[in-house]
Amino acid sequence: MSAARLWRITAPLAVGAALLAIWEAVVRIEDIPPYILPGPLLIAETLWTDGPSLLSSLLVTLRITLAALAAAAILGGGIALLFSLSRVLALSLFPYAVILQVTPIVAIAPLIIIWVQEPFLALLVCAWIVAFFPVVANTTVGLNSADRNLLALFRLYGASQAQTLRYLKLPTALPYFLAGVRISGGLALIGAVVAEFVAGTGGAETGLAFRILEAGYRLAIPRLFAALLLLSMTGILIYLVLDTLSRLLLRHWHESAIEEGEE
Amino acid sequence: MRGIGKRFGSGLAALEAIDLDIRRGEFLSLLGPSGCGKTTLLRIIAGLTEPSAGLRHLSLATSRGGQIPSGRIGFVFQDPTLMPWSTVLDNVLLPFRIAGRVGTAERERATAEIDAVGLAGFEQAYPRQLSGGMRMRVSIARALVTDPDLLLLDEPFAALDEITRMALNDDLLRLWDNHRPTVVFVTHSVFEAVYLSTRIAVLTRRPGHIVADLPVELPQPRERTLRTSPPYAAICTAISEHLAAAMAEEGPR
Repeated sequence: MSAARLWRITAPLAVGAALLAIWEAVVRIEDIPPYILPGPLLIAETLWTDGPSLLSSLLVTLRITLAALAAAAILGGGIALLFSLSRVLALSLFPYAVILQVTPIVAIAPLIIIWVQEPFLALLVCAWIVAFFPVVANTTVGLNSADRNLLALFRLYGASQAQTLRYLKLPTALPYFLAGVRISGGLALIGAVVAEFVAGTGGAETGLAFRILEAGYRLAIPRLFAALLLLSMTGILIYLVLDTLSRLLLRHWHESAIEEGEE
Repeated sequence: MRGIGKRFGSGLAALEAIDLDIRRGEFLSLLGPSGCGKTTLLRIIAGLTEPSAGLRHLSLATSRGGQIPSGRIGFVFQDPTLMPWSTVLDNVLLPFRIAGRVGTAERERATAEIDAVGLAGFEQAYPRQLSGGMRMRVSIARALVTDPDLLLLDEPFAALDEITRMALNDDLLRLWDNHRPTVVFVTHSVFEAVYLSTRIAVLTRRPGHIVADLPVELPQPRERTLRTSPPYAAICTAISEHLAAAMAEEGPR
């Protein structure tokens, strides 16, 4: 491992450790009660003891998140493809995609929960609405970014529209699509959590968001922090997986996937 | 194969009243200042741009019903214009892939063409791993892989350094000698045009029209020593004078 790479890992870790140490010290010196601000050690302990019960909630949230992300990638990519094939369709539908994107999900989530009876599906729709736009917007740009001279060359050789799409436009759009999916990964998680907050259903199929609400009502602040920590870690994990996937798919040719100093 | 004839009389702002007959098997250079519409003219010849006036007529041996079959025309752009996600081999195979036939014969043909441009062993490399000159070689291999009757080159070596450029000049001549396609070569370098061509057409500034159309009577095949010979220098001087006159001339209108 190169020195630069070592730094990239150790520097943020050192900052994190220092901040946690300061946090713990402040909590102990000022004698702040745990229901206002628990120290990191207490949070870690709570995570350990409450872990199993939180984990089942995490799985519920994770299932919604991943389903929403998959739907965002597939439907988002599909919508972008339709937009690129028909200019009329793109011009007439794109504004509505924007409207859907800019409308706060908190405001429309209650409606969706009323309209869609099945709770899992309702939450999925909410998370999807938050997550799909980056994929559509990015992929649309990507599909329209094919090199003009390559397009001319395809025409010269008499390529059909399907061939131009398959051999030129889709590969050109791939990095854009993947960048969109990477953004959507985080948004899907946020969407799922926000929808759960609004839905607020209890019972066996309870997501992590409801656990956070519940812990807040009961002033079980260490548990709230533990749930929050789980959510952040999930978000980071999703990002890392998508980032790795993107690098793997683009490793041969795209600048974004080429390691520094490899040239 | 019959001869290739094209006739333009374009009222386009870029080009004006261009009459040009291109003969089979010749190496024609279109020489002119930047922005004189050379590229536009080349794209009209390729059928990539429609002339706003006048007629373009291509007669190729295999043409049927006005439709030129895929692969009869090769085009090399100013940039290598490769697909970065494809290997050298896949880039060269593109014309076959579009024609819907990629078999053993086509792979062998593509490999032979990669070999011919001096890139043997680089079949599985990606464009980003190659130098600018090597990328341009891939681009030329792709244009030649279908054995085109007509090869169009749009200032292909403009972005390359002088040494690479001279090497590619010689390679291009060698490849032309093997296949003997008709070549239309766009350039703004007098020396390159004289060294490569059998005929040079000089264009004026926009709206471009042809002010001189001269044969280059130098021995074939061209050798590197030619670059310093008196007849070469004499033709270069003559062409330069035509170009200077073309630059000075105010375009009509």
